[in-house]
Amino acid sequence: MEINILEQIVIPIIKILFIVHLLIIGVMVMIWSERRVSGWMQDRLGPNRVGPQGLLQPIADGIKFLFKEDLIPNHVDKPLYVLAPVMLLIPAMIAIAVVPFGNIITIGEIEIPLQIADINIGILYILAITSLGVYGVVIGAWASNNKYSLLGGLRSSAQMISYELTLGLAIIGVLMLSESLSLRVIAEKQTTYPWNWNFLIHFPAFLAFTTAMFAETNRLPFDLAEAEQELVAGYHTEYSSMKFAIFFMAEYMNMIVGSAVVVTLFLGGWQFFGLETMGGPIWSGVISFAIFFIKTGIFLFVFIWVRWTLPRFRYDQLMNFGWKFLLPVALTSIVVTGTLWVVVTENKLLWIGIGNTVTAFIVVSIVAGMLAMDNNSKTAAQDTSAAPLRGLEAIE
Amino acid sequence: MNPELIVFIIFGTVSIIGAIAVISFRHPIYSALSLIVTFFSQAGLFVLLGAHFVAAVQVIVYAGAIMVLFLFVIMLLNLGTLSAKGALTGKLKGVAIILGILLAVEGVYIAVRALNKTEVGLKVAENAASALQDNPIETYDVGHIGSLLFSKYLLPFEVTSLILLAALIGVIVLVKRDKQPEN
Repeated sequence: MEINILEQIVIPIIKILFIVHLLIIGVMVMIWSERRVSGWMQDRLGPNRVGPQGLLQPIADGIKFLFKEDLIPNHVDKPLYVLAPVMLLIPAMIAIAVVPFGNIITIGEIEIPLQIADINIGILYILAITSLGVYGVVIGAWASNNKYSLLGGLRSSAQMISYELTLGLAIIGVLMLSESLSLRVIAEKQTTYPWNWNFLIHFPAFLAFTTAMFAETNRLPFDLAEAEQELVAGYHTEYSSMKFAIFFMAEYMNMIVGSAVVVTLFLGGWQFFGLETMGGPIWSGVISFAIFFIKTGIFLFVFIWVRWTLPRFRYDQLMNFGWKFLLPVALTSIVVTGTLWVVVTENKLLWIGIGNTVTAFIVVSIVAGMLAMDNNSKTAAQDTSAAPLRGLEAIE
Repeated sequence: MNPELIVFIIFGTVSIIGAIAVISFRHPIYSALSLIVTFFSQAGLFVLLGAHFVAAVQVIVYAGAIMVLFLFVIMLLNLGTLSAKGALTGKLKGVAIILGILLAVEGVYIAVRALNKTEVGLKVAENAASALQDNPIETYDVGHIGSLLFSKYLLPFEVTSLILLAALIGVIVLVKRDKQPEN
């Protein structure tokens, strides 16, 4: 087997270094923008002292974390306690490997696809790697040997199992239309015009996927695992200094990777009104990367926006929402997409888009109606059965 | 030495070490984690065989979903370290020893047969090699697996899904408490 050193070793290494550094810088920018945007939304300033507009604040934070004492409490399970932050960070970092972040750059005879690895099971790889991320949270929680941490870990694992199903099922409609699991093909199939993008064709699935992703990244309104008011800081209560910082970095990295995946699956990837084809073999690649970058950035802003807008779910609400609303919506989208793809002969995409939205609306109303009826009968039953307990209620 | 062999040795060693660690650790959490390591390196071996889809499914289903449930249960029950004397006492010990010896004999038998390259084994290997040569990528492609599942293996596939459905309903029936009498 002949190995072309430039194409098979040098260029991939450059791409990997570029993406990993971009991720780490992205985390720093995200920490800064989270604080500034939240300040803006709450009508206050936010950090603006270190550097212009407070841009150097994340670096100051990083230095602070590095120089803090690395405290390991006596009662923890030491090997797992040390391992847990890394178990969360590594999956967050390697999931980006299959995401295409731009078109193909051609220099002379060498074609450089802007993607670390285009494997034909791309989306399955992402699902597999993100499903490993939960171990960092669970193991960290257990190794801390602390009741609050353990509760956080249990909540997190139950939440991940519930929402992973939706995450997987919601994309099946997309996969059916693109007839491939490779993320590059999925992005290319959506063509360059926004009305062909999957978020319109599979609108309910898009909402379900995005919501499930919020849950997977442990962000508000799904941050039950670290709910400050109830569990101190949940699974990372016992962590300090750089280990805590790694947990923090992993959360933001998950957000960035998640946004990139959503952009690829539902928002047309690096394409926008043919802009990515302009400007020769090299510049078109650069422009396509810029488009992808901007799209991901906008989606990351949505992450922050949601966090500072919505209150946290209660735990039973979280489970009900996942199993009774998101999962049926995702399942319906599979059935409807498949059926319409075979039945309809003209304007397939249009009809699938309409069908998906309408049926999702019907399903949600049916579920909501059933829940309301259930609640009514429950309260009615309580009214009659509570008679002997009146005395107790009076005491309370 | 070709790169594939090096990767195979790494994944193989890790999966064997992980498997031994599963039964060596006294603490269930450590055992569960070692099992995850084993599953993951087995996924690596599947990738080496060109079975990308199987590798991904192995990680999603076993390493991702089932082991999370394992950990969840271990943490929920708060299982402590097993005592050094172990749980194997009395009658169980005899049964375990006999089964263990049987398993070891089977393993040795299979290994010897594989090394001897019997006629049947050779034929199977030749067939596989020629299939791979005719159709190097598509043999293990996802689309290929899908069309096989819905044509040649349609009946087993549907039966499996029915079994899963039955298991689902069974769990719901078992878990759901009887409705309290309404009076």
